Amino acid sequence: MQVLVCIKRVPDTGARLELTADGQELDTRNLEFTVSPHEECAVEEAIRLVEAQGGSATVLSLGPEAAGEQIREALAKGIERGILLETDGGEWDPAATATAIVSAIEDEAFDLVLFGNESADAGNYQVGVRVAQALGWPCVTSVKQLELESAERALAKREVPGGWELYPLTLPAVVTVKEGINSPRHPSLRGIMTAKKKEIVRLKPEKSAAQLVKLGLKKPPEGRGQIQMLGEGTAAVPQIVAALKELGVL
Amino acid sequence: MIVVWIEDQGGKVTDAVWEALTMGRRLAQQMDQPLAALLAGAPEASGLTDQLKEYGVSRVWLTGDERLARWAPQAQARVLARLIEQERPQVVLAAATDRGNELLAYLAARLQLGLATNCTEVHPGDDFTVTRLRWGGSLLEEARLLSEPKLLTVALHVNAPEPQPAESFQIEQFVAQLEERDFIIQMSKMEESAHEGVSLAEAKVVVGGGRGVGNAEGFKSLEELAQLLGGAVGGSRVATNNGWRPHADQIGQTGAQIAPELYIACGISGAIQHVVGCKGAKNILVINKDPEAPFFARADYGVVGDLREVIPALVEAIRRERGD
Ligand SMILES: Cc1cc2nc3c(=O)[nH]c(=O)nc-3n(C[C@H](O)[C@H](O)[C@H](O)COP(=O)(O)OP(=O)(O)OC[C@H]3O[C@@H](n4cnc5c(N)ncnc54)[C@H](O)[C@@H]3O)c2cc1C
Ligand SMILES: Nc1ncnc2c1ncn2[C@@H]1O[C@H](COP(=O)(O)O)[C@@H](O)[C@H]1O
Repeated sequence: MQVLVCIKRVPDTGARLELTADGQELDTRNLEFTVSPHEECAVEEAIRLVEAQGGSATVLSLGPEAAGEQIREALAKGIERGILLETDGGEWDPAATATAIVSAIEDEAFDLVLFGNESADAGNYQVGVRVAQALGWPCVTSVKQLELESAERALAKREVPGGWELYPLTLPAVVTVKEGINSPRHPSLRGIMTAKKKEIVRLKPEKSAAQLVKLGLKKPPEGRGQIQMLGEGTAAVPQIVAALKELGVL
Repeated sequence: MIVVWIEDQGGKVTDAVWEALTMGRRLAQQMDQPLAALLAGAPEASGLTDQLKEYGVSRVWLTGDERLARWAPQAQARVLARLIEQERPQVVLAAATDRGNELLAYLAARLQLGLATNCTEVHPGDDFTVTRLRWGGSLLEEARLLSEPKLLTVALHVNAPEPQPAESFQIEQFVAQLEERDFIIQMSKMEESAHEGVSLAEAKVVVGGGRGVGNAEGFKSLEELAQLLGGAVGGSRVATNNGWRPHADQIGQTGAQIAPELYIACGISGAIQHVVGCKGAKNILVINKDPEAPFFARADYGVVGDLREVIPALVEAIRRERGD
């Protein structure tokens, strides 16, 4: 089976967010980069499916040249091949992103294309659905369990309060996954070594006109007032009890 | 016309629907347009029409199509697409739930339109702009939506529901004309899971643990505390990734969003991706051995100390207090 998984390079923000002076971007000078946990799980799911079914897995990212780092990381975990749709680093809206992904993979024969449920930075909740629609494939979103029943049939499950919703689907298909579907592995030393020799195809996609145009970013108002320190160590316990009573939870 | 898609589950709706309707009604007033709603779910949903009127809806469409009782996103998108074709609304919106976001994504893809998800504010006018959540809610984006009609989903728990009855009210049937292929993806059934204790989403008190808890065993004292307070236990991504807690217990950007009276965060540093999951908590008490932990800057109460000493002592004190 041929599986594709799509990932997006994003800054790992840590505890404080700083914006650039023009308010257009996060100031990433002191930040590391990563992908969304949903996408880490999508990568893991792709590797497991290929381990169980045979075939091969490909990882794709649209982003700046540096996104090769995130592709390499996925290759180190066990994905066979990478595709980098290289951009100049600016924002691509979800429609433009989906269009570029579709034109890069149209001529390939994937059975399953995996996405994260939403990207960590933009959170548009739509690139996967747009790709599915353009390919004319069925799509299930928010998936937290995926069982392959045969080469053509799968069962996807979504977690909702009180239980699981079941969605049967026929391949080829698009599935967008949520963290929790599996526990992603770490790359092994050997994986890191072999990843260096794996192929990354580099393409320069054409950017179609955006329908959702970012004008700028801003920080939301900080909701909380002054913190009340209740003390140190076990000596704070009487004050904690008093605070719990005051809040009416005790 | 402004059309709000109403998400119902067997005739029941959540607050998210009233929040979306409130945003829709304000928008309708600003744009001097009527507010309409589409109820395309189970036939029982028709019982909701009186409430819709209370929220300012003057026209409701019911499909009465039995097949729509089980969730089928493409079929729902088809109904909305037909309604757009027939009524030419200026704006179509839904609550930013899993289903709302999914449905509008299908609609946007089908009609090749832009879609702004998780909007907190909408500014109509020649230049139609929105404010939307990014980074799980830790940043706001101002964005321009170019295509027509405007498609958007309304961020949850941001704008409180506010009823304001409509002056006139009219219920109509909408013939959806759905085909077999619109049901290519449809929920086949629901598997109920065994429910134990209070759920994270509903708990009035949540006790959360992070890396500082150390291991699965370490969560025992947090569980005791939660039980004494009638609450639930949650954790950071470190706690779930290490298998100390099931993933369903994760609080944060890629986990659950909680809104209890009190959140007691133990051994959690306060990374933004965690904090966005507990923004809705009325009060936050942070217990951390590092006085420099960033979470202290976002909390209402703080204790500097080792949770392995503080929590058992607190459990003991509460028991004594209660006389057990
Ligand atoms: C896109 C993205 C999405 C993410 N989504 C989520 C999410 O949904 N939820 C989430 O939680 N994280 C999420 N993360 C991860 C997040 O960035 C942090 O890595 C994570 O929240 C850290 O968990 P922690 O606070 O338990 O661990 P740490 O950051 O390691 O902090 C441990 C804290 O425990 C304290 N401590 C240690 N021992 C003790 C003790 N004995 N007593 C008291 N205090 C002690 C330390 O002082 C420290 O402050 C996400 C990351 C990314 C990039
Ligand atoms: N630039 C990108 N490159 C590759 N995949 C992407 C990109 N942007 C989004 N995706 C994929 O689409 C999913 C949904 O993104 P979004 O619609 O922005 O929330 C993400 O989790 C990724 O799997």
